[in-house]
Amino acid sequence: MVKTDIKIGGLNLKNPVLTASGTFGYGLEFADFVNLEKLGGFIVKGTTLNPREGNPYPRSAETPMGMLNAVGLQNKGVDYFAENIYPKLKDLDTNVIVNVSGACIEDYVACAEKVNALEKIPAIELNISCPNVKQGGMAFGVQPKSAAEVVAAVRKAYDKTLIVKLSPNVTDITEIARAVEDAGADSVSLINTLLGMAIDSEKRRPILSTITGGMSGPAVKPIALRMVWQVAKAVKIPVIGIGGITNGRDAVEFLLAGASAVEIGTANFMNPAVTGEIVDYIEDYLVRHNMSSIDELIGGLQI
Amino acid sequence: MKKFLVDLKIKEVEKLNDTCVLLTMTDEKPLPECRPGQFAELRVDETPSVMLRRPISVHSYDAEKNEIGFLIQVVGDGTRWLGMLQKGDTVNVLLPLGNGFTIPEDSNARLLLIGGGVGCAPLYGLAQELKRLGRNFAILIGARSAKDLYRCNEYSALGRVEYTTEDGSCGEKGYVTNHSIMSEKFDYIYTCGPKPMMMAVAKYAKEHGIGCEVSLENKMACGLGACLCCVEDTTTGNRCVCTDGPVFSIEELKW
Repeated sequence: MVKTDIKIGGLNLKNPVLTASGTFGYGLEFADFVNLEKLGGFIVKGTTLNPREGNPYPRSAETPMGMLNAVGLQNKGVDYFAENIYPKLKDLDTNVIVNVSGACIEDYVACAEKVNALEKIPAIELNISCPNVKQGGMAFGVQPKSAAEVVAAVRKAYDKTLIVKLSPNVTDITEIARAVEDAGADSVSLINTLLGMAIDSEKRRPILSTITGGMSGPAVKPIALRMVWQVAKAVKIPVIGIGGITNGRDAVEFLLAGASAVEIGTANFMNPAVTGEIVDYIEDYLVRHNMSSIDELIGGLQI
Repeated sequence: MKKFLVDLKIKEVEKLNDTCVLLTMTDEKPLPECRPGQFAELRVDETPSVMLRRPISVHSYDAEKNEIGFLIQVVGDGTRWLGMLQKGDTVNVLLPLGNGFTIPEDSNARLLLIGGGVGCAPLYGLAQELKRLGRNFAILIGARSAKDLYRCNEYSALGRVEYTTEDGSCGEKGYVTNHSIMSEKFDYIYTCGPKPMMMAVAKYAKEHGIGCEVSLENKMACGLGACLCCVEDTTTGNRCVCTDGPVFSIEELKW
């Protein structure tokens, strides 16, 4: 039996496979295809203090081996989550992590406080990198100072594991990673989507209602892998790798680059059973390479 | 309804016209139950420019023969690949998705099915079911021209079918809402097709106080209500076409 469990701050994952926020609903949408308890955990969709309707349709555009989205954090608010969704998830034998977003520091803090009160939610992922909301979101995540400010404020109000999701739309992602580490983050997850654009040449119009949106999918993987590798060398806290992971081999690549865990996002739209398959692949990989523990794989890139 | 991820085998490929193909699929095991108006997401393999599954409405469903039919109109790389599939090929299919049409409890209700172009596809399955239930219904199909019509004999085998074409090459000339059948009394309308046509039908139904269901086809990704890409702005806010639809009552829409 190989050891696949891993610790992220105070969070114990039975394996390094998580799902990316906004791609896995509240998990239950995928229960016909994946045994949710088989996963290290799942990160539920971006949650804000107050309900949000999100951006107008059209909100997505397919691109070669990728897609753009501009959902804009549509959600019914943290109180709705606590009252209606949390009771359905709290007894699952896996980690349910809430992705918290906000338009100002006070909103981030108030939302984090409400999630802190939910006993069976062991961690939050702080979204300071959403490219699709006018205020807040990515605005916080593109400067070390503002990123550190929001993380420090949430750190004071939140006493469980605090993961901070980073934007790739910056000059140097390692600077932001170090700033949020110093501000008290237990882990960083990266990358959020890359800012992109799609145009319908016949109509001479942008495809997305918001003109620009966040790009994800296999096409972004090399960029994500490079950033994970850079950040893993720059910080001491565990790094969670995200970006275009479509199969077990991709996941192993991120672990080798230094990620302690991975999040599977857009691939859930291609194959709703993919997360369970990735868990199996990693176990097989360890056996195949005579490794007794996942720790041997993490950062195991040979240069 | 429980959803399934299955590899279905293509039993028959029927080329309907220059751009449309009917794929009839089957499986060794009994197919998951599908209701008229529901859809499936078909995986497109071996095409680097296509990453997402393609949502395709269930055109026909036969539990006895264990067959399901998908009508593919070739519009881009994904549907081009689907359109090239051969008998014996397998396709990974996610189904059944969405809510499907509702059928009024009143068994005497007079029902009208209005389809436009390839958008007729899910109405065939609905007509199959209505025939099976012995319901009173008629079908009105609109198209640009006679060459855009397909499976006319199969539709006729299910019940009364009327046609309207923009160039007058089949049936009455004009649009569906101008067809003489509209002067008859109907209690409920189902429509699927180009959005301007469905909006015209919805307007007609509202003006005449007739209940009406429309099937939407907003661009979607997951098909499971997770990504929130396919939302329609409804009277109760943004709702997913993939899980709250694709069929909506016109009362729910802001049309």
